[in-house]
Amino acid sequence: MQIPAPFDYARATSVEDALALLDRHGPESRVVAGGHSLLPMMRLRLARPEWLIDINDLYELDFILREGDYLRVGAMTRHTTLLESAEIARLFPIITDAERVIADPIVRNRGTIGGSLCQADPAEDLSTCCVVLRAEAVVRGPGGERTLSMSEFHRGPYETAVAQNEILCEVRFPILPRSGSAYEKVERRVGDWAVVAAGAAVSLAEDGTIDDVSIGLTAAGIDHTIAEAEAVLHGKKPTEGLFIEAGRLAAAASDPIADQRGPVDYKRHLADELTRRVLRQACARALEARHTTTQEG
Amino acid sequence: MQISMTVNGEDITREIEPRVLLVHFIRDVLRLTGTHWGCDTSNCGTCVVLMDGLPVKSCTVLAAMADGHAITTVEGLATGGTLDPVQQGFMEEHGLQCGFCTPGMMLTARALLDRNPHPDDGEIREAISGQMCRCTGYATIVRSVKWAAEHPAAQETTGEEVTA
Repeated sequence: MQIPAPFDYARATSVEDALALLDRHGPESRVVAGGHSLLPMMRLRLARPEWLIDINDLYELDFILREGDYLRVGAMTRHTTLLESAEIARLFPIITDAERVIADPIVRNRGTIGGSLCQADPAEDLSTCCVVLRAEAVVRGPGGERTLSMSEFHRGPYETAVAQNEILCEVRFPILPRSGSAYEKVERRVGDWAVVAAGAAVSLAEDGTIDDVSIGLTAAGIDHTIAEAEAVLHGKKPTEGLFIEAGRLAAAASDPIADQRGPVDYKRHLADELTRRVLRQACARALEARHTTTQEG
Repeated sequence: MQISMTVNGEDITREIEPRVLLVHFIRDVLRLTGTHWGCDTSNCGTCVVLMDGLPVKSCTVLAAMADGHAITTVEGLATGGTLDPVQQGFMEEHGLQCGFCTPGMMLTARALLDRNPHPDDGEIREAISGQMCRCTGYATIVRSVKWAAEHPAAQETTGEEVTA
């Protein structure tokens, strides 16, 4: 039987209250959202917080709101909500693709976007989506609010810029015209972590050339977008030949480790193949969005 | 700490240690042993209960986190000697062999049918994809849920069958 080490528990009633509790109980206090990463770590005694601050009552952080050229997603938004959101599916299908293969439907009822990002597991899918979509993280602490790019937010495996006395409150996704995105993951069995996964977002210029593109990999030893692969696509009309070249460059830029999920060669092969697939899909979706925009316009 | 919640429609209040997991609270404190305890790692799904109507893996929820919420366990499916159609379906279509995954499977099925009264096979398989049947009896589980969808009216049974 795995039981966490003893701790004290407090349930926050608002973001301000949660910050006050973190401040009061000091460095050994931690926030728990869905708990599907932290509780298993506490049971294995890999994490031993003295105080657990439960933020599940912070419904103020459970929202998906369009505001100008941004979609704002509250940190307490559950995976199930993201998966079922028509707005997310339309604007950022990469997230819908990813949510479909994150854990299983029951875990998705509890897990949150904020929890996933703050856990920063190197095989975590939404981190890649956020990097690819150039999302921003809104973090609140005793000194007020700060907005971080994903490269500022993400410090490395299991490490983020969110300080012990801060809380990730929301993630902001910039909305680009004529854009499409996609995510694809290979897993050993349904609901498992990725062997490798790839995500891409593309936006097209009015003439159908690629105006902006970003490519990211999950569980491949690389937590930023892959500039070398993106460069071959910039300013060109999407073609199969370019996808193949981008896949080759993404695989070359990847730095996976051999583990129980597979050897390095296999993971590189996946990085190559999955990059091609998500680029193909993202471009197809961007073309569709372009036609829809034209019809609406 | 003191926690209060509704379990199968009944208000309960207990004194617990904050580190007690919901599955152990249900089994060891409330003595409702229909909820099974399996892998301990939120993989197998035998510990599934409904929290405010949604299936959750009770090995990965603290009892303290359920404070103020409504929990339904397998003991809460039948009402007044009448089996839930899901339970009836598992009987009719032989949805269980060893029975270990059954409570979790039935609660997930109930939650699915509450949201989607006419699921197709794919939707049923997706809904139970976070749960394992060690007897590999998935085909009959899917048929059992379909049976329940086709017979939404609760079936009258004797008390004997309910407690069996």
